Amino acid sequence: MPRALAALLLLLVPLMLGGASVHAQRRALPLASLRSGITFAGPDVQAMQADAFANPGLLWVERGKTLWNAVGATGPACAACHEQSGMQRVATHYPRWDAAARRVVDLEDRINACRTGRQHAPPWARGSDELVSMTTYVANQSRGEPMAVVIDPAARPAFERARAFYYQRHGQMNISCAQCHEQHWGKHLLRETLSQGHPTAFPAYRLEWQAVGSLQRRLRACLFGIRAEMPPEGDPLLTELELFLAWRAEGLPVETPGVRR
Amino acid sequence: MADSRVNVPSVVKRGEPFEVRISIRHAMETGYRMDDTGKSIPRNVIRTFTCRYNGEPVFAVRMSSGFAANPYLRFFLMARDSGELTFEWVDDAGARGSERAPISVT
Repeated sequence: MPRALAALLLLLVPLMLGGASVHAQRRALPLASLRSGITFAGPDVQAMQADAFANPGLLWVERGKTLWNAVGATGPACAACHEQSGMQRVATHYPRWDAAARRVVDLEDRINACRTGRQHAPPWARGSDELVSMTTYVANQSRGEPMAVVIDPAARPAFERARAFYYQRHGQMNISCAQCHEQHWGKHLLRETLSQGHPTAFPAYRLEWQAVGSLQRRLRACLFGIRAEMPPEGDPLLTELELFLAWRAEGLPVETPGVRR
Repeated sequence: MADSRVNVPSVVKRGEPFEVRISIRHAMETGYRMDDTGKSIPRNVIRTFTCRYNGEPVFAVRMSSGFAANPYLRFFLMARDSGELTFEWVDDAGARGSERAPISVT
């Protein structure tokens, strides 16, 4: 009997593993149908993003570069450690599971971890000009590289929470993210074209903000739009949602700094 | 300076027009907005922008509230001799910015 039980367990283990990977691959939008948000924008916005000089987001890249090379009062410059390795493709792997912090961290969290851990400086506030500029500078070095986040088994519960949030109705308008960005993308909401809601342009220059803003700021704007509760930037819910969105956009190239209305 | 980008060809042909592009990071606060407490936010826009070539003004703009944030200017110049383009601007708060770009004429 114990032997039979063991055999049954041995049979079950691959089934469970197989089940998990099938689950991971359950995509509402097949990879082949993914379209960057820029393809839904008008030709003027597309031209602004494509212009290697006039893209206003590049002003934030410049600022980030200055911060990158600046030696802090309490520790070395970013450039002192990262000089040779470079930051190419780094943004394609974020958000990711941080085993030490035991939570999902995004690029902003990672930058602040370096700031507090290596530079012994206070962390930059979410949404602060410094953090947005630095994130833009780092993510810009992954421009053109395909998104490739890995869902660590430990991150699975967080990922599933974010997926559930994505499909759940929220707010006074009682609509879910999926209703706009999976069921009705390409159609119009007043004079806007609904995109598939991919995060690859962020941090992006948004004409409405007249500034570069983080993905979490954009997510909060979406929640405001449907009159739902808006968690503050840096809230684990938003960070986990970033992870789900990054997985959803797998293979789409990073556009940072993108330009959006 | 970190808050502006300038794009000028480093080598130009004598007497042939060339393109100058400059992008300045500035909020261009209109003066018409209120903050969260209903208090008016004072206007702060770049008032004057001047481009000089070897000290001589060749292009200038007087800006106002109608300009969007992070102004992007694009204009054409012609050069007779090699020299340096300098760009200077001042906003309502008195903050100054500048850029420079050397040009060699062939």
